[in-house]
Amino acid sequence: MSEGGVDSGGTGPTAKAPDLSGATLKQALIKLGPLIGLVFVWLLFWSQLGDRFANTAAQTEILRQATIIGIAALGATIIIIAGGIDLSVGSTIAMVSMVVAKLLRDTQMDPTLAVILGLLAAAVCGFAIGSMVVGHVGRVVAVAVGLLAALVWLPQQGMAMGFTIPIGIAIAAGLWLLAGLTIRDLKLAPFIVTLGMMGIIRGLAKMVNIYGNDQPSTQVSPGRETWIDQINAFQTDGPFSFILAYFPISVLLFVGLSVAMALMLRFTKFGRHIYAIGSNEETARLCGVNIARTKILIYTLGIALAGVSGVILMAKIGQGNATEAVGYELAVIAAVVIGGASLSGGAGSILGTVIGALIMQVVIFGCGKMQMDSYIQEIITGAIIVAAVALDQLRHRRAT
Amino acid sequence: MRGVKKAFGPTIALGGVDLEVAPGEVHALIGENGAGKSTLMKALAGAHAPDTGEMLLDGEAYAPYSPAAGRDAGVAMIYQELSLAPELTVAENIFLGIEPSVGPFLKLGEMRRRSKEALAQIGMDDLDPATVVGTLSNAQQQLVEIARALIFDCRLLVLDEPTSSLTAKDIEKLFRLIRTLKARGISIIYISHFLEEIDAITDRFTVLRDGQTVGRGVTAETPTDRIIAMMVGRDVKDLYPRGPRKVGDVVLEVTDLAGKGGLPERSSLMLRRGEVLGIAGLMGAGRTEMARCIFGLDAVKAGTVKVGGNLFAPRPDRGWQRGVGYLSEDRKNEGLAVGLSIADNTTLAKLGGLGPAGLVTPGNQARACRPWIEKIPIKCFSAHAPVSSLSGGNQQKVAIARLLHADCDVLILDEPTRGIDVGSKAQIYKLIDELARGNAEKGIAPKAVLMISSYLPELLGACDRIQVMCRGALGPSRKTEETDKHQIMLEATGAA
Repeated sequence: MSEGGVDSGGTGPTAKAPDLSGATLKQALIKLGPLIGLVFVWLLFWSQLGDRFANTAAQTEILRQATIIGIAALGATIIIIAGGIDLSVGSTIAMVSMVVAKLLRDTQMDPTLAVILGLLAAAVCGFAIGSMVVGHVGRVVAVAVGLLAALVWLPQQGMAMGFTIPIGIAIAAGLWLLAGLTIRDLKLAPFIVTLGMMGIIRGLAKMVNIYGNDQPSTQVSPGRETWIDQINAFQTDGPFSFILAYFPISVLLFVGLSVAMALMLRFTKFGRHIYAIGSNEETARLCGVNIARTKILIYTLGIALAGVSGVILMAKIGQGNATEAVGYELAVIAAVVIGGASLSGGAGSILGTVIGALIMQVVIFGCGKMQMDSYIQEIITGAIIVAAVALDQLRHRRAT
Repeated sequence: MRGVKKAFGPTIALGGVDLEVAPGEVHALIGENGAGKSTLMKALAGAHAPDTGEMLLDGEAYAPYSPAAGRDAGVAMIYQELSLAPELTVAENIFLGIEPSVGPFLKLGEMRRRSKEALAQIGMDDLDPATVVGTLSNAQQQLVEIARALIFDCRLLVLDEPTSSLTAKDIEKLFRLIRTLKARGISIIYISHFLEEIDAITDRFTVLRDGQTVGRGVTAETPTDRIIAMMVGRDVKDLYPRGPRKVGDVVLEVTDLAGKGGLPERSSLMLRRGEVLGIAGLMGAGRTEMARCIFGLDAVKAGTVKVGGNLFAPRPDRGWQRGVGYLSEDRKNEGLAVGLSIADNTTLAKLGGLGPAGLVTPGNQARACRPWIEKIPIKCFSAHAPVSSLSGGNQQKVAIARLLHADCDVLILDEPTRGIDVGSKAQIYKLIDELARGNAEKGIAPKAVLMISSYLPELLGACDRIQVMCRGALGPSRKTEETDKHQIMLEATGAA
């Protein structure tokens, strides 16, 4: 490693250090890389589109469009830093939009409560995924089967809720015990678990509308106007319009959550643990970090953030839609990687992710304004993802 | 090799090295980390071209432009990190890159036959070439690498730290192989930190320091201390300092500990403040397993652990809270998160008190570990530098700093000086002595140290008492002055 450096026994910690300026310059470049990328991409489209791109309306539109992927990417950031991955993000976003819309349409509940329940649904998915990743597959399956029995299968056979719920609990308890005796500590790779959940959650999203309905469909209109519809809109009058005309609530939420997550990662024990688990899980275990509990928390929080994106999606398209957000996970992961995270864990930052999301959005928007066919846009987006990962490899190789 | 010089930018790695190896000789290349051994060997193998100087192989000019060229000329290097593909078979690995083929098709029959021949040459006739390499032990994998070198008709074999992960039995096998190769006229350059091995197997030696040759000689005629002195450039009178130690109360008591994984079977020990207890034994005897059970990394089947007189249910986070710290023997894969900074690694076991309201600020983390950077000392640019930028010895010191930051009273050190340079070893021995004695001016209270080691001189030098583990059973405690190498080996092999 340090050839040419001599271990002179103990004459001060910084004596005779080799070329320092080179090392810190490289480190600075690594940190600034995503920002340079953003500036580059921005200038590129400006050169092609001029004022059609550089005007206020376009810039604020880019910000607004970036929020759905962006907020989900915040959640994906902590999952990826910890060495995991979540491929089911898109499905979760769609599912939450369905849940909120359906609650609004079929009940009279307060829209705020509907939003909270939607986020809770996402958090439960995250909790399930996290549990499966740390080895509690059997228990998750037990609970899922019990729930399905209580809420779907048995009612469909005509049984009353008063009976289905205790029976569902009994089934879940029985399977839980069975799982405890047979499948112990079966850890599943996050890639595989979330790949499966991608389909499962998508199916659940479509199932949401079956419940208590004769005509199931993959779209649900909320049926009433609520404050939710306003969060993605530019508000030109009313209070705070001097901000909201340019930065809708969704954008402010994106900024707020980014700051909160960044502070959490940097200044809390939990944040340090996330980096430690991603960098070397064995070391974290040796240092007394509760790996299982921390990982479950990471997935729960990360995917709950995808739930926020789901609510914003519902506001944006005015309905819950189980067929939307397909493939969003790729854009989310791309944003995180462009921002400097390593897919093997231990590196990454919120700021980087935000810049990564902006880069993706500038490209998508710019291509749209240039009236490129959507297939060219897809190719470009894919190429950016490949370039980002290549850059990531170069960065992490040169850094040491 | 004569007058070989190599510089990387402003760093002069080699400042004129002379090295002479006779045919059929086992020649030791000795030096601390950073002395230039790797650079010299890379020049020899063809990975780097020296700036000036000449190399002669069998009297003919030798200037390989690539490692493959070096291999073709008959120079083979076996690195410390084995370079095998774990998912491929033995035969596939041996012929990796040079597969005999007809057009695009592999000549499997020939590969198998020649693999078997090569394996037979090194005494592994019972190994099926179709075995997947990943399933073999470290020792076997190493022999496969040597077999690969032999396929190339090598004249000069370079072994870089070949024994760092081998059991004593495997080391014996390796030495027998080396003698066989020697008899066939193959020269071997043997790089190792273990001066005992160098004593056992090598004919002559060359010592490098600061990129220069500082000493050469015949191994059998040179006492170890002289070699160490040449390596370090100063007189190493007190490699194992021992100040006055006052033995206090019992801080760790282990009774009949048995692990769920089979090891240890029955272990009992008592550790007092102010003393260093050494645990000797062969590799695989169960010492690391015992330490992991005490600390809570592996499950305990039976037995009790008491810390400070109170019962302790082993679990890592509880351990750190109660003042028990663990230094892993596997620095790279378990002891340190090399991608994170020094500050992060040092403070990870105790993140409390590093900020307001349960928060952790990077500034406080750095502030917390700076005293240890000064006291141990650790050579680094800053507390935020990544651990990967440090030398092996300094990395190990970071791992030790973690135990000091967590204010541990009981330090369980598993192979604390494995794979690090002599200079750092000396510093760590000094540190262990300081920790056991306590150092009022540095603000260190006397602690209890449990040291697991496979290096007998280090155990005899640094410890007050020694217990020997043999096949899962921990033997009785003996005072260091009442035992010796011979006695320890007898107990370790179960012959006592």
